[in-house]
Amino acid sequence: MSTLLEVSGVSVTFDGFRAINNLSFRIGEAELRAVIGPNGAGKTTFMDIVTGKTKPDEGRVIWGEKSISLLKMNEAKIAQAGIGRKFQKPTVFEDQTVQENLLMALKKPRGWFAVLAYKPSAADLEKVGELAQEIGLLNELKRKSGELSHGQKQWLEIGMLLAQEPRLLLVDEPAAGMTPQEREHTTDLLLEAAKTRAVVVVEHDMEFVRRLNCKVTVLHEGAVLAEGSLDHVTSNQEVIDVYLGR
Amino acid sequence: MQRSFIAKNPSVLIFLTCLALFTLLVTVLSEGFGIGTISTSFIKTLGKTLCLCLIAVAMDLIWGFAGILSLGHFAFFGLGGYMIGMWLMYERTRLIVVESLSQADIPPTSSEVVDAIGNQIFGVVGSNEFPLIWAFSDSLFLQLVLVVLVPGLLALVFGWLAFRSRVTGVYLSILTQAMTLALALYLFQNDSGLRGNNGLSGLQNLPAVTASQDAVSLWFFWASALALGLGYLLAAWIVSGKFGSVIRGVRDNEARVRFLGYSVETYKLVIFTLTACIAAIAGALYYPQAGIINPAEVAPIASIYLAVWVAIGGRGRLYGAVIGAAFVSLLSTWFTGGQAPDISLGFYTVKWVDWWLVLLGLSFVAVTLFAPKGMGGLVDLWSQHKNPNRHGADLGPDDGALREQEASQ
Repeated sequence: MSTLLEVSGVSVTFDGFRAINNLSFRIGEAELRAVIGPNGAGKTTFMDIVTGKTKPDEGRVIWGEKSISLLKMNEAKIAQAGIGRKFQKPTVFEDQTVQENLLMALKKPRGWFAVLAYKPSAADLEKVGELAQEIGLLNELKRKSGELSHGQKQWLEIGMLLAQEPRLLLVDEPAAGMTPQEREHTTDLLLEAAKTRAVVVVEHDMEFVRRLNCKVTVLHEGAVLAEGSLDHVTSNQEVIDVYLGR
Repeated sequence: MQRSFIAKNPSVLIFLTCLALFTLLVTVLSEGFGIGTISTSFIKTLGKTLCLCLIAVAMDLIWGFAGILSLGHFAFFGLGGYMIGMWLMYERTRLIVVESLSQADIPPTSSEVVDAIGNQIFGVVGSNEFPLIWAFSDSLFLQLVLVVLVPGLLALVFGWLAFRSRVTGVYLSILTQAMTLALALYLFQNDSGLRGNNGLSGLQNLPAVTASQDAVSLWFFWASALALGLGYLLAAWIVSGKFGSVIRGVRDNEARVRFLGYSVETYKLVIFTLTACIAAIAGALYYPQAGIINPAEVAPIASIYLAVWVAIGGRGRLYGAVIGAAFVSLLSTWFTGGQAPDISLGFYTVKWVDWWLVLLGLSFVAVTLFAPKGMGGLVDLWSQHKNPNRHGADLGPDDGALREQEASQ
């Protein structure tokens, strides 16, 4: 399996605190990966580095078959290259309708002039309809997304990510604050998405990770502590000491 | 299935109809072409108010929709006024000079004419040379181009520097204040080439036009109404589409827009420059009606007033900005013009000329605290009264059927 994203030897320091310490990580074309770790392990900083929000002090972040370095690109360029990110808190544009949210995310030219002249074609609207169907919001298309429930907002955001058609999806705690049924739906969405693209899920909830049934990377103090199946890492003594044992 | 732009935005049609009716009414009541109920000076006030409404639309675009609180848009307004003022002043002075020199025995050479014009215009600041920035002042067309070009370029350069460094929020507001203050201080200098604190005057007299001010004031009134209508239409079209979605997204969550792959800085720069151009056009129509422009017009306080108008009118909706600008600026004219009756409290007399600013400040605070939607929010009250949101799904097949909640009560 070819490598889609390779992070190697990355370190970043905030005011003397080493948030990421010589971290290396790689993920293939169509792979689902869970990243777990205690608070402050550097999970969010890791995502910040990949999406261009934080510049590391050292190390390399290499993307795609052309081996482009992401470190020289800004957030918008990285997103255009095919990396989508979902935040911990659902961040949809609450003042706008579900349809507007999805249309904005739809993979289309991002330049200001193209956007100014843009008129949604029938095909685009159909695509939005399909996505809405998939995330269970078909009947809510015309509603302001601020009126949706917490779980629906989470799905809308996942829908927006899918509309972007990214090759790599970074998802931060997708199941936080969801009911058991909503969790199940979210699991299905992620598993479905991982068939065609790489998905990295950061999660606290072990039960949720178990349901994803994928390779797990454990972060601790900004470095990879263990990697492998969930059973493999949970039987690792170090992992038990720093994380599970608490 | 794709409905037209007007059908999707009925408020645009309502606004344009109101504007057209208002223009017609004023024309009929005017001294120039109608029955003469409205004085020419009040026509000018109304025309100027329409220009202020246009810059308020621009302010609403940048602040209400894109979330950038620019406190410097009157710099662009003033620059637009200066650009058209240069031609008006040059051309009118030239006609006078040519007229007076033609009395002489020997016909004047063209350089003599230019020197005489320079003497007339710059004598007041102790100079008689044309500064470089007046190079195009003999051409109406070029000065009209400069009306948009100069403020547009200033906005482009300023915006590029500010947005590229990701200056946001209150820091950006302060930076825009600094920009307009710097411009005002520069223009106050006698050697800035724009006659220092004298400014440009006599702008109400159009060169080679013999019509009376009664007629000229109406021409400008119509032009201002047309500009406001077109500007409103443009702004409404911009915010109704995907571009509007993106800039509202920038207002609500800049980082999220960035991670969607949109270059937030570019969008901010585009909307900043565009609104600067709209402001400049409004200024170019305003100052010929005011008759005079001087550096005090681009003082920081002017741009703060602009923000107050938009806040009181209701930001985030274009008609709110127009209502706010019209209402507050006309009220301000009434209060500061000495027309409002003084209130005698026995021991103290409230003179509105002094107290108007206090009243304006208090109402600004009150609107911010108690009615964040501003005067435009009143429209919501009315439309909700017509179509009440009764919360809950329909129980029966008809619209009038009891809703879930009502039925269970």
